[in-house]
Amino acid sequence: MESNKRKQELLKEFLPQLEKTSIVWYAWVAFLFAAIFLGIYCLVLQILKGHIITGMRDNVVWGVYIVNFIFFMGISYAGALVSGSMHLFKTSWRGPILRIAELTTIIALFIGPLYILLCIGRLDRLPFLFMYPRIQSPITWDVIAITTDLFGCLIYLYLSFIRDFALLRDSGDTKLPKWRINIYKVLAIGYHDTPTQRKRIKNVTNIMSAMIIAIAIIVYSVLAWIFSVTLQPGWHSTIFGPYFVIAAVFSGAGVIIILMRVFRSVYHLEKYITKQHFVGVGMILMILSMFFAYFTFSEYLTKWYGSKKLDDNLIQILFTQYFWQFVFSNYVGTLLPIIIMGIPRFRTINTITFAAIVAVLALWMNRYLIVVPTLETPYMPIQDTRPEWMLYKATWIEWCLTFGGVGTFCLLFTLAAKFVPIIPVSEVADAELEMSAELAKGQDNHEATVTNSLKKQIVHKKEANEL
Amino acid sequence: MDNSLNERKNNRRKFLRVSFLTGLSAVAAKTVFADIPIDPEKETGEMVTLLSPDGQLVKVAKEKINYMEKYISPEASRKGIPHRKFVMVIDLAKCKNARKCVENCQKAHHLPPHQEFMKVYLMQESEEAAPYWMPKPCFHCDKPLCVSVCPVGATYKRSDGIVLIDNERCIGCKFCMTGCPYSARQFNWADSPFLHVDQPYSPETSVPGKEGTVSKCDFCPDMIRDGKMPHCVSACPMGVIYFGDQLEDIVTNGEETIRFSELIAARSGYRHLEDLGTKPSVYYLPPVNRQFPVDRGFDHEDEINQRYKDVPYVKKMHKN
Repeated sequence: MESNKRKQELLKEFLPQLEKTSIVWYAWVAFLFAAIFLGIYCLVLQILKGHIITGMRDNVVWGVYIVNFIFFMGISYAGALVSGSMHLFKTSWRGPILRIAELTTIIALFIGPLYILLCIGRLDRLPFLFMYPRIQSPITWDVIAITTDLFGCLIYLYLSFIRDFALLRDSGDTKLPKWRINIYKVLAIGYHDTPTQRKRIKNVTNIMSAMIIAIAIIVYSVLAWIFSVTLQPGWHSTIFGPYFVIAAVFSGAGVIIILMRVFRSVYHLEKYITKQHFVGVGMILMILSMFFAYFTFSEYLTKWYGSKKLDDNLIQILFTQYFWQFVFSNYVGTLLPIIIMGIPRFRTINTITFAAIVAVLALWMNRYLIVVPTLETPYMPIQDTRPEWMLYKATWIEWCLTFGGVGTFCLLFTLAAKFVPIIPVSEVADAELEMSAELAKGQDNHEATVTNSLKKQIVHKKEANEL
Repeated sequence: MDNSLNERKNNRRKFLRVSFLTGLSAVAAKTVFADIPIDPEKETGEMVTLLSPDGQLVKVAKEKINYMEKYISPEASRKGIPHRKFVMVIDLAKCKNARKCVENCQKAHHLPPHQEFMKVYLMQESEEAAPYWMPKPCFHCDKPLCVSVCPVGATYKRSDGIVLIDNERCIGCKFCMTGCPYSARQFNWADSPFLHVDQPYSPETSVPGKEGTVSKCDFCPDMIRDGKMPHCVSACPMGVIYFGDQLEDIVTNGEETIRFSELIAARSGYRHLEDLGTKPSVYYLPPVNRQFPVDRGFDHEDEINQRYKDVPYVKKMHKN
């Protein structure tokens, strides 16, 4: 079969990435492990000494941890939304970046919930969440939503892997060790690319891609409701659900661009991940930054324009104490992607990546500004003399655990890219075939219309003659 | 007003007070008996024969009686004291930030110096408004957001209106702390000697506290069961804090006993931040016809006085 040949060809091209490991790769993995172990060390310290070693106190009860939680969950949902909708709407250029988006989804989804665990004072009582669940609590909604999302995304990711697992199993002359071939064999669950199997996997993937879009929207809204159901002036907002969803996809699109750039350089994928892809995802980034700017503006405008005392306090602190952070997250972070993507001259792979990095950092800061200043301006004035009780300042423990999470994200991505080709081989090969088939079909159609009109003309002429 | 009317009023007050306290004691006695396990085989040492509530004679170990008298298990603490709805009324006109309520509460609940279930705020709504001292316990709201958001049911609203925390159930997620608009809740951030008290834990006493869990003012149901007032009420030298039962419609500060509804009506009682709709069980009487000037509240060590440095009144005072 033509498609099979092309697939094996492609696979040959990507196999070296799976087979060989360079010294740089080992050094990188060792570095990541060091970051993770530092994080684990801090976690142990936090468990042994208590939350007193973090910057969190009775007013600001959630700090950097919950910001990271929202951040990683956001990246995850963005991956799901981007890959799901590209699949659902059959975006023609989706092939090479689909797997990056899918891996982002699942890896971020593993890391995100770990951060909410860091906020919990008694980790030994975690089973209570299932032993004594109360459905009134948004945390219970979140537990249900995140587990649903995790299963949905795992299924979706696995579906997209099956065909490549089958390819890896069948590509006889690889240098891969025997055990890895065996793993591929098990994971391919007897897929042999028969027409029925192919049709089935296509249908299931279509259904799942629609479903994970819906699940992602629900899950991120539920996460937003954790904040907006409380009476805190900075959180008690009706637009938080959609605001968080938009912010999530915005930051996630940024992370996908950064990863595209990284893999393009490291794996020399210039042929596959082209400028077209950067501009494509960059466009998504730009549109979302416009939406995000719009939501941010309307959120703060209403707070600022009115005269409610507590809203006023919050705006005051945002525009004095947090002025530069506010400018960076809500002005620079939204305007830069719009300027770079909006003016065609500025659109290069590097500038788009730069815009993505700024957008991702800005979004992290935006979540920080949602969480911390709100908790620093409660209804009852903070009348205390201990500085750490009045204003939040993250400690090195919290930063180490933050970098540990980023390290885990990078490590899992590195390992995943070692286990499966980062470019979905089957998907790309099929897309190429489809494209050429469509071109051919297009020509056929054209010919058909031409002959039809000719026939009609002849009929007309005949009729005229008869008259 | 003539003397006879005054006397009658006093008599009525006395009667109300006595009846209220006997009511409380009756409740207390009932619960004492209800919690004695009828299981004589396991006991050792001296046995005592008691009459159980259903009229039977039971043998109980002597040492167990005192122990059980105060002990309400976390499970039992989820039920309120029957036919009660506890309310508190705080008379802001009489408060001079003596801090006796704070100190006694801390002592009774084994709290470290900075952890205060009862806090005294210096409130001043705006620069032009009058400053006043505001003692603030947990408001034991009738629509408590902290209870709604708890994922494991570690904090609960009882039939008698009290909101308690079971720190053997609490997972320490702190969601309740962001849910409470009155900053009533505190987290036990670290292990400390204050958390090691040799006494069985009961949510009704909140002692001993536990690291990694949330705690707050509990309205002292253990004292109520004993027929006594919460520690803050009995500690206050000015009689600022009234405590009582809304169903019986009486509150007392230990000196006088008044009809709750009459007190609220006569003194224009209100609840703090009523517009949030949380329906607190704590009422305030506005600071009018004050007994003390605000400045009397600054008779403390620097650490305490420094807390109020951002209040406009204090800022102005320092300027002059």
